[in-house]
Amino acid sequence: MTMVPLHILAALLKVSVILVAILTLAAYMVFAERRLLAWIQDRKGPNRVGPFGLLQPLADLIKLLAKEDFCPPAGDKWLFYLAPAMAAIPAIVTFALVPVGAPVDLFGTVVDLQIVDLNVGLLLFLALSSIAVYGVALGGWASNSKYALLGSIRGLAQLISYELSMGLSLVPVVMLARSVRLSEIVSAQAGVWFIVYQPLAFLIFLLSILAECKRIPFDLPEAEGELVAGFHTEYSGMRFGLFFVGEYINIIVLGGLASTFFLGGWHGPLLPPVVWFTLKTLSFAFLFIWLRGTLPRLRYDQLMHLGWKLLTPLALVNILVTAWWLYLKG
Amino acid sequence: MSLFDDISGVITGMWTTWKHIFRRPVTIQYPEEKRQPSPRYRARIILTRDPDGGERCVACYLCSAACPVDCISMQAGERDNGRRFAVWFRINFSRCIFCGLCAEACPTMAIQMTPDYEICQRDIMELLYEKEDLLVNHCGKEPEYNFYRHAGIGITQPRGEGDGERPPVDVRGLLP
Amino acid sequence: MNLLPILFYLLAAVMVAATIFAITEKHPVHAIAYLVTSFFALAAIFYLLAAPLVAMFEVIIYAGAIMVLFMFVIMMLDPGHADEARRPGLLHWLPALFFAGIILAALVMGAALRQAVPVPISTGLGVKEFSLALFRRYGVAIEIISMQLLFAVVGALYLGKKRSPSRSEDS
Repeated sequence: MTMVPLHILAALLKVSVILVAILTLAAYMVFAERRLLAWIQDRKGPNRVGPFGLLQPLADLIKLLAKEDFCPPAGDKWLFYLAPAMAAIPAIVTFALVPVGAPVDLFGTVVDLQIVDLNVGLLLFLALSSIAVYGVALGGWASNSKYALLGSIRGLAQLISYELSMGLSLVPVVMLARSVRLSEIVSAQAGVWFIVYQPLAFLIFLLSILAECKRIPFDLPEAEGELVAGFHTEYSGMRFGLFFVGEYINIIVLGGLASTFFLGGWHGPLLPPVVWFTLKTLSFAFLFIWLRGTLPRLRYDQLMHLGWKLLTPLALVNILVTAWWLYLKG
Repeated sequence: MSLFDDISGVITGMWTTWKHIFRRPVTIQYPEEKRQPSPRYRARIILTRDPDGGERCVACYLCSAACPVDCISMQAGERDNGRRFAVWFRINFSRCIFCGLCAEACPTMAIQMTPDYEICQRDIMELLYEKEDLLVNHCGKEPEYNFYRHAGIGITQPRGEGDGERPPVDVRGLLP
Repeated sequence: MNLLPILFYLLAAVMVAATIFAITEKHPVHAIAYLVTSFFALAAIFYLLAAPLVAMFEVIIYAGAIMVLFMFVIMMLDPGHADEARRPGLLHWLPALFFAGIILAALVMGAALRQAVPVPISTGLGVKEFSLALFRRYGVAIEIISMQLLFAVVGALYLGKKRSPSRSEDS
């Protein structure tokens, strides 16, 4: 009987540690992005608040909390207030699936460094990422503003399209691992990482998660140059902050999942597993920021073209080739 | 092949940005480090003196007329020797756009621009510079120039005393 | 642990309430929001009933794809507020009443004839069992359905194709 409270305690501990870690990491992602973009553009970036500007996220948080929480008079109050949560929660919940390290022996019991290890883990990830669309769509619609509506229509179309190629690019991973349980996908990569077998699937997945995060070059739902701020034009204060932080949490989560699916998760020589996982995840975050500093925004038709006419058929062909290869291997 | 071109284009761009990450930033951290503007930089306006120490301004109103935002105002007066001067001279730096047209319009090189760009005050009324604030004790960019040595000879005869010259009308009087 | 029945009734209540709101709500976007809530509750119930795969497909396909497409169409077309919509007359209510009667009768019959049905003890319908059943036992049916979907896609392409021969196909 003492087992159950211990397990609940362990789960609560894991949840709180991961929640705090991920929120802090997201806040510092914003800071890191500003600094890195500044360096890319030969500037210095925010360096005033605290040593090297390290307290900048705190200052941003205070600013966002102190701002007025405004809803447009013609907007739809309930959906307007709910939408930021709908955008941020799926991103945070997805992290519950990610195995961040090898199981640890803690006080005599083996604890997985993963909040839940579902037997449908990969499918839950797909489900949650398809739910995240609602925050964008309803937020833009409830604002009752033309820019926000245009942004959310674009967001809807983009997220549905790229979800498809994302899901299809993960099918070869499932075929290789012979499981959709994330811990088994990781343990299947103990020897060789799946990126070696599936470079094409990795590339498709990378492009799709870039589009899922709504990052440059796929940031059409919030294109500053065209739509003011896209679907969150009318948001202010912490509700805007939730959209904003949700985007960065999404980057971390999708980076973590990409390293889980293709880069062997926490596997790696010499260093401890958690460090390896963090390194891989952060390198994805760095790649995203680097891409943002480099590439211009795609046009809407180019985006749809890439998604439907290039990535999806390539992913299907990739599945076919993988299946054939696995069949020949027996 | 266009796909190859696209990929190489992206990679070239990313290589360029990668190099720029390690380049020294061009930022000048303003309150701590200040940049030295060039001598002909257009910022705070001054009223200079001629080499003899007299005021150059003859209150001709040309600067005021040239000013596109109408930030210069003055009142002309006349000294005993018949030379004009500004009784008061005022520049509203909260309106000034530092275009330099006043300095170009000035026939006596009195009004000049300096590179001192740090003009900010908490109270907007402190940006109203009077003649005492504007007048300096040097010749500015034209150390040799003295207007009266070129154009003005000392006036030998008071107004209205010449042949066939009527005395000047008193513009403040009510009668014609 | 008696947590499971409580959760089930809670989710069922949420589902029924959300569905009722979805059909009485006049604004289409609100109706979609309620319907998605209902799908969520349904998915959670499926999960409680040890069918995680079905639960996930419920969310991915219904909540994540079909409802999103509905919403996309509604936002693109803006059908406006349906406040002035005509109230359904008695003739419209009759079929609904008929089917409601059938469901009620079935419920009463089921409650009256209820006996202890041996619940099949299972550790949950895993992905592997589900896939085996789907592609081995019902493989032919799946193929037929997918052929049907293919016909639908081809038909949509044919209908959506531009007729004028002068305009060349541009991508």
